[in-house]
Amino acid sequence: MFRFIVRRLLQLIPTLFGLSLLLFIWLRRLPGGPETAILGERGTPEMRAAIRHNMGLDEPILVQYGRFVRRMVKLDLGTSTSTKRAVTTEFIERFPGTVELTITAMVIAIGIGIPLGYLAARRRGRFLDHASVGGSLIGICIPVFFLGYVLKAIFSENLHWFPSSGRQDPTLGATRVTNFFVLDGLMTREWDAAADALWHLVLPAIALASIPLAIIVRITRASVLEVLNEDFVRTAEAKGLTEQTVRSRHVLRNAMLPVATSIGLLAGGLLSGAVLTETVFAFSGIGAFVAEAIGQRDYPVLMGFILIIAVVYVLVNLLVDLSYSFIDPRVRVR
Amino acid sequence: MRAPRPKVAIAAVAVAALAVAGCAESNRDDSSSGSKKDTLVFGVAGDPKVLDPSFASDGESLRVARQVFETLVRPEEGGTKVTPGLAESWTPDAAGTTWTFKLRSGVKFHDGTDFNAEAVCVNFNRWYNAKGLMQSPDVTAYWQDVMGGFAANENADLPPSLFKSCAAKDATTVDLAFTRVSSKIPAALMLPSFSIHSPKALQEFDASNVGGTAEDIKYPAYATEHPTGTGPFKFKTWDVANKTLTLERNEDYSGTKAKLKTLIFKTISDENARKQALRSGDIQGYDLVGPADVEPLKGEGFNVLTRPAFNVLYLAINQKGNPKLADPKVRQAIAYALNRQQLVDSKLPPGAKVADNFMPDTVEGWNGDVTKYTYDPAKAKALLAEAGASNLTLKFHYPTEVTRPYMPNPKDIFELLSADLKAVGITVQAIPLKWSPDYLNATTSGSKHDIHFLGWTGDYGDAYNFIGTFFDRPKDEWGFNNKALFDQFKDADTTADAAARTEKYKALNKAVMDFLPGVPISHSPPAIVFGKDVTGVKASPLTDERYASAEFK
Repeated sequence: MFRFIVRRLLQLIPTLFGLSLLLFIWLRRLPGGPETAILGERGTPEMRAAIRHNMGLDEPILVQYGRFVRRMVKLDLGTSTSTKRAVTTEFIERFPGTVELTITAMVIAIGIGIPLGYLAARRRGRFLDHASVGGSLIGICIPVFFLGYVLKAIFSENLHWFPSSGRQDPTLGATRVTNFFVLDGLMTREWDAAADALWHLVLPAIALASIPLAIIVRITRASVLEVLNEDFVRTAEAKGLTEQTVRSRHVLRNAMLPVATSIGLLAGGLLSGAVLTETVFAFSGIGAFVAEAIGQRDYPVLMGFILIIAVVYVLVNLLVDLSYSFIDPRVRVR
Repeated sequence: MRAPRPKVAIAAVAVAALAVAGCAESNRDDSSSGSKKDTLVFGVAGDPKVLDPSFASDGESLRVARQVFETLVRPEEGGTKVTPGLAESWTPDAAGTTWTFKLRSGVKFHDGTDFNAEAVCVNFNRWYNAKGLMQSPDVTAYWQDVMGGFAANENADLPPSLFKSCAAKDATTVDLAFTRVSSKIPAALMLPSFSIHSPKALQEFDASNVGGTAEDIKYPAYATEHPTGTGPFKFKTWDVANKTLTLERNEDYSGTKAKLKTLIFKTISDENARKQALRSGDIQGYDLVGPADVEPLKGEGFNVLTRPAFNVLYLAINQKGNPKLADPKVRQAIAYALNRQQLVDSKLPPGAKVADNFMPDTVEGWNGDVTKYTYDPAKAKALLAEAGASNLTLKFHYPTEVTRPYMPNPKDIFELLSADLKAVGITVQAIPLKWSPDYLNATTSGSKHDIHFLGWTGDYGDAYNFIGTFFDRPKDEWGFNNKALFDQFKDADTTADAAARTEKYKALNKAVMDFLPGVPISHSPPAIVFGKDVTGVKASPLTDERYASAEFK
């Protein structure tokens, strides 16, 4: 198992190199090159040349790439052109918010999606089945930002149940330790601050969870249906095992493999979904920051964000692969 | 066999959680979570860039600075006239180059030290003697805008300094000497960038130590964590993770104490999100209200304040772009072709009006007796024919992805203006560009465009700050070189006598409208909104709203 993990982590290195090379070339292939992103249209040839020289763009591309990689190894992602601060610092400040949001969204998507998909399959053709399949179709179709606005209009503006923006009520004056607000509240025993941070997570997490939830419901349902038709289920039932045993030991366990795979893919996608959700809810995470960076053509920030997404994808998929070995022992044999 | 594993994992997580729980202590004081009625949360569009206003030029930084700091002179509340601030009175000497300020006594900085003439000189000398990165236009934008250069300019492009020296005559009397007469003094000293800081705090937190590189400026701790002024609010915390900045009441304030105990600025960049946050009660006010939201919010009972219009929207004509545009008749034709009244009535917020000068009528020097170009398409066509430009083609830049107080909806404005131009036979080539960086760069840096629209919001109530900024020297945006006009500007700026100067600016407004480098279109009043139960704040044309007077009904 240990070897497996190490091997997978080592695979991360060539993956990131490949990706960074692609990104690097893409950045340099953009019309006008990076100096246009900085100068816009105004640049005189002299100004362009000066910027190219300052940025080292007049050196051979391999030298440039080498320097970029050296910086990346030191976790130096450069300086944001819009905030003029180190991209790494900006990300470290904002990452906890996005992590809290995506984890909450994933908990909602998995916690509701798997039971609902399972029940839909067990009650195939009945009301719950139609409702959850239809509902998941709506979940997939509605754009996140639209759902966000609707949720806010109903639950914040009209009912005043949930806050419409931010990560925590600033009037609480909560203590910051890790910038994971819920965790900070627990660590400092400011229970109201922790509860308030959770409260702020509800609406954006629901908005963000809508698409993964819908997908998990559908995949779980399909997968359970398939397993239900397998011979071993019929055998298990024929043996007279209780429904509880059949459900947990035979059906769910076997149906989980494709679900786990999809969860791995969805988790990475959540980060990109956070760009919209965080903007709508003025939630200070990486997503809202990247949304601004896109508007400002802040390439160092975008490049850093894409690399982080890549790392998260690889790590989450590693976790998924590890979970296979728990769900399906056959994986371990290989 | 496998069953125990999850239990072990859960136990491990629980132990770890307990372990971290033991290592952090709450450092919250209970007072901040008191009654909501003395805490105002105000929604702003962006984070402040820096808390030392000497280095700030963005609205959000200046908004914070205006509550924490005070300047020698300040604008009248809700207006643009110069009124006493930390100085009770001020008089120029006979030559008009040395100004004597009589200071208020009994004023203390937030760190408990005394405000006096010595402190004023420490501040002016700090700015004047700026070195290294502090001379970067990104760092000391307003100092350079007003004073030009420094004691020792490190860049050959910097002009000589307008500021000469500061002398503390006694504790409450200070002389500021300038190298020449300038119409900017004393009005420009109202800018938050000339806020007086505590000399002790400046030294303690190494406030002038601006490090890093021009691309990556690193401000000292003073500018991010310890701004220390004399204002009605003291800086408390800047919670970057929660995008909020908290100020608390200065209990030792020398003037009328703030009614609020706590003032919090919360960043919500999306305009719609700010509106929803107000409606849901997360915030009790916000700035940059969309013009379309003004009436609905009023209807819901919110306290919508309209700032007196202190801006101008104009159509710029680039004479370098197209030789035909150097012909005054063609520029006049364009002016006559535009139905500005219709644009103001249909596309701008209530209270907007057509502009006849390139500055609003609240500024001294505004002239009602200038050449006016009222809508007359027939005359426009005739002028074009006279100039031999009947089939004129113009490249028309307009911005996208932006709203500004003076142009709430650029695309609509473009549509109306280009329809007017087409009606008199001018062919319009639309060139939409993203506001930042493309549009700003293309229009202000001499690209090959012909016409574009842009605007300006005044920094302080002075004619130079409007028309001087536009026309006192050759600029790429307009592409002309009119030495007579430039000399006239220089003469007005260096006139010591206020009344004579006003007359000269009136004459300048007339000269500008005769020369017609572009067409002033409109002045629009921007709006700011507060909750239904919040009163006391007066809207300011200079966005100098004073939250100290805000209170809950």
